[in-house]
Amino acid sequence: MSDMNGQRQNWGRRALKRLRANGWLLASAALAVIAAFAFANLSPFIAPLAIIALVVAVAALPRQTELAATESAISSQAGFLPQLSAENLAAAVTDPLIVFDHTATVVHANAAAVSIFGGIAAGMSLPLKFRAPEMQALIDGILAGGASSQAIDYLDKLPVERVYRVTASAIGHGTGLYVLVFKDQSEARRIDRMRADFIANASHEMRTPLASISGFIETLRGPARNDPAAREQFLQIMQNQAGRMARLIDDLLSLSRLEMKPFLRSGARVDLRNVIENVIDSLAPLAKDSGLAIERNFADGALEVPGDRDELYQVFENLLENACKYGQSGERVIVSIAPGNKGPEPGIDVTIRDFGPGIAEEHIPRVTERFYRVDVETSRSQKGTGLGLSIVKHILTRHNGRLSIESELGKGAAFTVHLPTN
Amino acid sequence: MQSLHIVSAYDEELQYLSKRIAAMGGHAERMVEQAIAALVTTDQDLARKVVGDDTVLDDGQREIDDKAILLIAKRQPMAKDLREIVGVIRISADLERVGDLAKNVAKRVSSVADGRQPTSLFRGIEALSNLALTQLKEVLDVYASRSVDTIGFVRDRDDQIDAMYTSLFRELLTYMMEDPRNITSCTHLLFCAKNIERIGDHATNIAETIYYIVTGEQMPAERPKGDKTDRIVIKADASPK
Repeated sequence: MSDMNGQRQNWGRRALKRLRANGWLLASAALAVIAAFAFANLSPFIAPLAIIALVVAVAALPRQTELAATESAISSQAGFLPQLSAENLAAAVTDPLIVFDHTATVVHANAAAVSIFGGIAAGMSLPLKFRAPEMQALIDGILAGGASSQAIDYLDKLPVERVYRVTASAIGHGTGLYVLVFKDQSEARRIDRMRADFIANASHEMRTPLASISGFIETLRGPARNDPAAREQFLQIMQNQAGRMARLIDDLLSLSRLEMKPFLRSGARVDLRNVIENVIDSLAPLAKDSGLAIERNFADGALEVPGDRDELYQVFENLLENACKYGQSGERVIVSIAPGNKGPEPGIDVTIRDFGPGIAEEHIPRVTERFYRVDVETSRSQKGTGLGLSIVKHILTRHNGRLSIESELGKGAAFTVHLPTN
Repeated sequence: MQSLHIVSAYDEELQYLSKRIAAMGGHAERMVEQAIAALVTTDQDLARKVVGDDTVLDDGQREIDDKAILLIAKRQPMAKDLREIVGVIRISADLERVGDLAKNVAKRVSSVADGRQPTSLFRGIEALSNLALTQLKEVLDVYASRSVDTIGFVRDRDDQIDAMYTSLFRELLTYMMEDPRNITSCTHLLFCAKNIERIGDHATNIAETIYYIVTGEQMPAERPKGDKTDRIVIKADASPK
């Protein structure tokens, strides 16, 4: 309904403008009509009728000059930004910022907006990209011309959860341009969520070792009080369980640290060859203990990707550690780096292949879930916490990367990390 | 996308339709998110809200159908415009179904809440729904950007969703074998998982429609389906893990 009103108003305004633009023409035409009628001595009613007809015709017909004027208005709007170097200004703002016009079409999106939301280009319709009901209401509200500035909280859940305080405001007066500014509030929100998550996940996982420890304490104080052999054995078990709890806490903390970090691409580039060499060096003792040989199969040329070195180090450390732990029977692990062309964008594939027992098909899609274990017994004996792959997946999501797993029972498993190069 | 017609009202009408689709899409995404959140946290108020919200999508679809048919009658669209309008009708129908499926998940919240299931199951459902929601989001993003050259991801994601669903199916069967008292809630969860998997299928349908709108061709033929649950049999003596 408001659309139609707006249209009607628009039409009225345009008609007035046409009248104004053609004022001289109109006046001279009217004079000519009056003069003609005065001399021709015709009926007095025809003259006003002719003048009215003239006025209506001028008001309704768009003229070449007017079309040109609209075009120049559009180009001056586009030219407006570089002239004030507003585009540079927008680029310097680290928060995402999107300028749009009265039809909710994107006029300009700064670099932060493009890198965070992706796929925003000038000429795109804004409500098509930001579909959340509250965003739609915000955009409609500001375009309807109520308040000059409005704000809402906007939750973007995928691929990484982010919360923004979004402010929509009109730019200046009568420019017909509006701006959306996104202020990242994810951190505060993540702390809340983390607490809830920690309680949900950790309490359950901690209870098992804790129950076992307190059970043994009870036994040690009761029936096994005077049995040195049993005492030694129980203390050993208790130590293992305490160690497990410590590892669990470490992993949970590193996962929550990751979730706490703001989601920003710093632009730093990481040399994968160097990272992976370091990982292999640090895990050489473990591989040696397991009787495994680590083979390298690196491609030539630049193997750099944008990302965070420490986080990527953890990805490959977790993957290689898993390969060493669960692929013991295979006697070797192959680490290969190659340019990857499988994904939609160019990237680098790092594959870590072991020749152990492999993973059954039904478990493959789920191994990256928190605390999901293919085999509880093996995982416990290998000191796994059930969080390693979920950390890997989390880091890769932040890097726009993907993890694919190929495996066949009895033939080992291959974990391939695909990281985009730009 | 910016093709101008002689009658500018025609452009406005076409734009209005795609904006309505985006609004429906936003609602559908929100309903799925909330239905899953309600299921995982057994939040019955949220579940009731999702059930109530479904009418928004029903109304949306009806309005889009009316507007689109009126537009066809009035403007006699050709080529891309015709595809656009027919596509809008198809997409709105898919989105309306997504809403129905989310509503169905929300309806089951109270039945699942009765028998508390292991948290790992809910984590599986959550992971499955994340895949389906990502699929839906990316597809609707393509509707906005019209960059169909990247639409290949849809097939990959669909495979992942099927694999995940197959795995959950198996796990749920195992729980039911373990203890018959789990059967009620596990059956409800099984339907929830199926519904979420269907949401992924509707997202794939939408992707195919968008491909058709933009290119005028059908998306290259589909590979064989990855849903293998039709062959899952768990023997009575299989030891659950």
